[in-house]
Amino acid sequence: MTAYIIRRLLYALPILIGVNIFTFTLFFVVNSTDDMARMHLGVKRVTPEAVEHWKAERGYDRPLLINSEASGLDKITDTIFFQKSVNLFVFNFGQSDSGRDILYDISQRMWPSLAIAVPVLLVGLLVNITFALLIAFFRATYIDIWGVILCVVMMSISGLFYIIGGQFIAGKLLHLVPISGYETGWSAVKFLILPVIIGVIGGIGAGTRWYRTLFLEEINKDYVRTARAKGLAEQFILFRHVFKNALIPILTGVVVILPLLFMGSLITESFFGIPGLGSYTIDAINNQDFAIVRAMVFLGSVLYIIGLILTDISYTFVDPRVRLS
Amino acid sequence: MPEMVFLWTDILIFLLVALVLAFINYARKRPHLSRPWKQVFSSRIGISTLIILLFYIAIGLLDSVHYRPDVNDEKNKGADMLSTLDYILSDLRLNHEKTYSAPLATHLYARENVESDTGVTTREFPRLKYGGAHLDDPEKDYYLDLFEKTVIGILLGIAAWVIIVMLMVSWLAVNSHLAFTELISHIRHRKTEIPWRTAFITLLVISVIAGILYNLSQYYHVLGTDKVGEDVLYQALKSIRTGLLIGTLTTLVMLPAAILLGIMAGYFKGWIDDVIQYTYTTLNSIPGVLLIAAAILMMQIYMSNHEADFTSVTERADLRLLFLCLILGVTSWTGLCRLLRAETFKLSELDYVQASRSFGVGNFTIIFKHILPNVVHIVLITVVLDFSGLVLAEAVLSYVNIGVDPSTNSWGNMINSARLEMAREPIVWWSLTASLIFMFTLVLAANLFSDVVRDAFDPRLRSQS
Amino acid sequence: MSNEQSTVLTVKDLSTHLGSEAKPVRALDAVSFEVRAGETLALLGESGCGKSMTALSIMRLLPAGGRIVAGNVILHDQSILDLTESQMRNIRGGRIGMIFQEPMTSLNPVMTIGEQILESVRLHDDTVNGSQQQKKRALQLLKDVGIPDIERRFKEYPHQLSGGMKQRVMIAIALAGNPEVLIADEPTTALDVTIQAQVLNLLKDLQKKKGMAILLITHDLGVVAETADRIAVMYAGQIIEQASVNDFFSAPKHPYSQKLFDSLPSRHKRHAALAMIEGQVPALTKQFMVCRFLDRCEKRITECETNMPPWQGEDKNGFRCLLEYKKSRKKKTAKVKQEQQQIAATQAVAEKLSLSGLKVHFPIHKGIFKRTVGHVKAVDGIDLQLKPGKTLALVGESGCGKTTAGKALLQLIKPTGGTVSYGEVQLNELTEKQMRGHRRDLQIIFQDPVSSMNPRMLVEDIIAEGLVAQKIVNSREERQKIVADLLDKVGLPAEAAQRYPHEFSGGQRQRICIARALAVNPQVIVCDEPTSALDVSVQAQILNLLKSLQESMGLSYLFITHDISVVSYLAHEVAVMYLGKVVEQGTIEEVLDNPMHPYTKSLLASVPVPDPKYQRTVVPLEGDLPSPANPPHGCYFHPRCPVARQQCHSNYPANRQVSDTHKVACIELQQ
Repeated sequence: MTAYIIRRLLYALPILIGVNIFTFTLFFVVNSTDDMARMHLGVKRVTPEAVEHWKAERGYDRPLLINSEASGLDKITDTIFFQKSVNLFVFNFGQSDSGRDILYDISQRMWPSLAIAVPVLLVGLLVNITFALLIAFFRATYIDIWGVILCVVMMSISGLFYIIGGQFIAGKLLHLVPISGYETGWSAVKFLILPVIIGVIGGIGAGTRWYRTLFLEEINKDYVRTARAKGLAEQFILFRHVFKNALIPILTGVVVILPLLFMGSLITESFFGIPGLGSYTIDAINNQDFAIVRAMVFLGSVLYIIGLILTDISYTFVDPRVRLS
Repeated sequence: MPEMVFLWTDILIFLLVALVLAFINYARKRPHLSRPWKQVFSSRIGISTLIILLFYIAIGLLDSVHYRPDVNDEKNKGADMLSTLDYILSDLRLNHEKTYSAPLATHLYARENVESDTGVTTREFPRLKYGGAHLDDPEKDYYLDLFEKTVIGILLGIAAWVIIVMLMVSWLAVNSHLAFTELISHIRHRKTEIPWRTAFITLLVISVIAGILYNLSQYYHVLGTDKVGEDVLYQALKSIRTGLLIGTLTTLVMLPAAILLGIMAGYFKGWIDDVIQYTYTTLNSIPGVLLIAAAILMMQIYMSNHEADFTSVTERADLRLLFLCLILGVTSWTGLCRLLRAETFKLSELDYVQASRSFGVGNFTIIFKHILPNVVHIVLITVVLDFSGLVLAEAVLSYVNIGVDPSTNSWGNMINSARLEMAREPIVWWSLTASLIFMFTLVLAANLFSDVVRDAFDPRLRSQS
Repeated sequence: MSNEQSTVLTVKDLSTHLGSEAKPVRALDAVSFEVRAGETLALLGESGCGKSMTALSIMRLLPAGGRIVAGNVILHDQSILDLTESQMRNIRGGRIGMIFQEPMTSLNPVMTIGEQILESVRLHDDTVNGSQQQKKRALQLLKDVGIPDIERRFKEYPHQLSGGMKQRVMIAIALAGNPEVLIADEPTTALDVTIQAQVLNLLKDLQKKKGMAILLITHDLGVVAETADRIAVMYAGQIIEQASVNDFFSAPKHPYSQKLFDSLPSRHKRHAALAMIEGQVPALTKQFMVCRFLDRCEKRITECETNMPPWQGEDKNGFRCLLEYKKSRKKKTAKVKQEQQQIAATQAVAEKLSLSGLKVHFPIHKGIFKRTVGHVKAVDGIDLQLKPGKTLALVGESGCGKTTAGKALLQLIKPTGGTVSYGEVQLNELTEKQMRGHRRDLQIIFQDPVSSMNPRMLVEDIIAEGLVAQKIVNSREERQKIVADLLDKVGLPAEAAQRYPHEFSGGQRQRICIARALAVNPQVIVCDEPTSALDVSVQAQILNLLKSLQESMGLSYLFITHDISVVSYLAHEVAVMYLGKVVEQGTIEEVLDNPMHPYTKSLLASVPVPDPKYQRTVVPLEGDLPSPANPPHGCYFHPRCPVARQQCHSNYPANRQVSDTHKVACIELQQ
């Protein structure tokens, strides 16, 4: 097991290097840092001095790959590639283009993100599985047919609608909860409750339909026939046999996104004014703060890879057939 | 004769149409492809959603034939490029009000200082320039007029429907060697293989709605106007092309890479497989939205630094749209690639591939003859399944400002602008509602249609979500 | 125990339909039989005849859309069809137990063996209370079905057990409710012969101890002869004959039953063509007005065309036919063709193919850097010679490496070691490109008639694939002509060329595959279990075809199979494989009449013989086939060998030449 995890971590390295080179190319090779500076300074006629100043302030005044002026190891380390890309590997994200410490911001802003994402995931899972089990129990009846159609209708509605509609009804018409904003501590609950409910509702269509497929796939397997031949009642077959087997793809599907929950939801957070990593990212995009976007890309990749590894490990817990070696 | 203009996306869209036609021709001769399609057409949900989709596609195609308007014509002032749809909807396009007006309104949605004949200035809701302008006394005649125009619209719709149905039934009668009346009774009693009754009912609903919209839009702004007074119905119709483009071109541009790499990885295995797997795991590990955001940001910088390369606003917006499709393609090809790799892996171990190898058939012949035809259904299902997700994604991306160009008509941009309108007192709800209804209809039809297609082609293939 | 003579289960005029109301598939049509306590009734039939549907109808476990439209099922005096669903659940797994064909998939993969048995105990055994008692009972059940090390197995998951063990667990689950009737649906079809013998013995022993009635569903006449007391033969949803096993095997009465016996391949039919039943089972969608077997029956008379056949004789001993049965049925002597000894001489062009020391090892990767830590020795050094115009049978249980050996011979898998020489050429040294030139001489026919043809290609393109690849034809006309000739040669009409594979039945597809292989005029054909997916009557068609093609074209076959009866009918020489090694080889007479290796002896003894009077002399093998990744030290066979001694643990025995052609690898014989 330990050997397996070590091997998977070693495999992750080339992928992160790949991500790194890719983002470096995208951010520094496609456009020069001068272009970036001019874009940022925004005015048509920017003086070369202003550009140089902007670059120096943010450390973009180094050469790209090799610093021929420096000596020794600095030849390689005192470059944009090393400073801005390689440093990401030790989670040294540096400063944002507006001068704030990115790592500090991330460590502050991930909690509100989690406060929404975790309840949405857990409640959503519970709701979706319950509905899917119900539909699977009544398979091939009108409950099944209309349940699936309802799911398709729900997943055909844009997520934006759920948010806008939810805000409108709960916030503006009924005045139940504040429309947006955030406070720390327990008082955060009143700000979180609406986004969580909306997040759950928005996911019901796709989730229920997906789990239903998983359940139905299991129901057609031979061991279910054996269970019936034993004289087990249908609800026991569904809960004891089918559910346990369908749980394998469900759980592993959940585990893979667990680490990414840190990243937060872009849309929800920005609509509800919650200071999480999602709105952090959106603000960075809107302010064209490349340092933050770069850091978030790297962080996202790392979390994704951790998710993959966790998925493989979680198999060993839920599926007795899987042994890692 | 106005000068025709071909935008990049226009060319690709007509290339896509040509490909679809070629595929239909190919599939007709092959029972493994034509049989499932027959099943799709004989499903009632399949045929009615297909008709709705075709309606959308027709509008999208009309909007994809562009020409340079005659600049001397007063009507075309300020427009550097128009489409046939613009031409058809000239009235809607040109009848600008001053600012917001509610659907079917006769008065503006904002008070203005109006100077009466006597010189007294009052703040009131002024009459619209075009909406309901034909009414002498809106207070009195409004509802009657609305009713009358609606009824005429319904009648127009029914008339158009009757003509279409007559033409189609005659055509069917000739093909099936049945008497006209006999065929009609077959259709009425659902005895035809393709559920024409359902098809015609769907068509009736569409033509009646279209008839009402058409007739009312001659006199009113059916869905109101936006902040600068532009007709919302016109915007929503123009957005159809954008939605369709994102949904189809994205898959079109990613298909070659996904098919080629997926099959190569699954067939050759070994180090080729390793490299391809590495490539897509790397790309996949970058969060999609961030990748799109980064790419769009970079493109914006590039464009602002090379302004000279982009002659007109429309062309620039068009390139941005194409680029968005490309980058969406980059983030979405991995799913199909993985599916194809797994399927090819299985296929390449099958006996008939082994038999082929025992004849000394070359690898590429095996891929073309044995692998490709047996994965076509997967490609097809993926294309259809991805469509609706992409249409929805456009809205979200445009909302975050990393979608299409702000000057392009799109549902995402409409929703984006609705953000402020919702905060206004009293709220302006029609832009949002219009875009959501248009989008919902398209996405729902596409989702239902793709379910039917998937069931017909491979009931076992799970949608990987 | 209840009265031995009492009838436990009665099925009366049972009719079951599947599919839509408008176009039903009439899966069962007025099926009637009864089973008495302590008795085994075999329900015999080919695939799709409705025998499994009968079992599922009795259990009321029909698939979605299936419905019983008429008839009754009576357990003692209780009509099962009248019970409510919850009452029925007490019957299922309680008074009626059932085991299925596929032990691999029939157990829940994420529940322990113990838990799955306990579930049944809790539901159906009221005599034990409390979890301790129940566990004891479950362990006892495991012990009853002959599973060793029960405490450990109790906690294990299905994937940790072999196929035979899983089937034993299935039996234990079925026994948990002390059933009066046990329905066994092809319980041994998915198992190897040596394991099959074990499971059948177990069923017999359990029946003796518990006195339950067994309804045994099978397609295998050998299994019937070995285990059943009475037999009911099904054809196209109907029972067409019932008899005691002794009567049936001495004198089958229905023309179909008679034909079934004639089409069984065996040793003494070697020099004759097998009897075949032409055509195929009719579709069950139509309502039959005449005999269902009419189209395929050779004995039909004009009356058959208009009248329904009546049931002749008693319920339990009769048959459904218009013809009267004549006892003096003369032994059918088909035209005996003398084996053409001179083929080898006239067709001297055929070159000799030989394998020497052939090895195929698949690496096993482990550890941080996926180092190769071991090999699955699928084929571990085998020597074989293929003579022109002759058939060499490669026999062994699943997983012994016989298919891998066949593919390595064709260079479809690169051998790890050893040589494959074809005439002067060392095939294993050729590059893929050089090999292409020799491909036309060596061809292959596969087991599965479904996956062996590309479903997207026309039959013409499938057959012509080799012609095109080997550049044998130039014009379209030539190609069409050759394809038509080939179709004719394998007994299919020329129109077949313009159709797709799915339009053909299993046997017809196998003919197309043979035509495809023949297209390039090969000298050697590797036949990888070409008949094991087919029903007996269709198998006979294919075997006859292969035999006549060999005679007319002088082909050499490497015939890979697990079926000894096919071997004895078709092969000239036999090689027996065990865990990647050949343990014994020789001519058919030498190996089958005088087997010397203990494994060969057991293998031959495990094959059920379709003759109820036959008595086994050798005890069947115990235990399972070990993993080829980790074969036992010394002789691979010694852990299962009845005569193993000390030396067998240390050294793999060398081959001993018994005669010029007969070689055996066993220490026993070296001294």
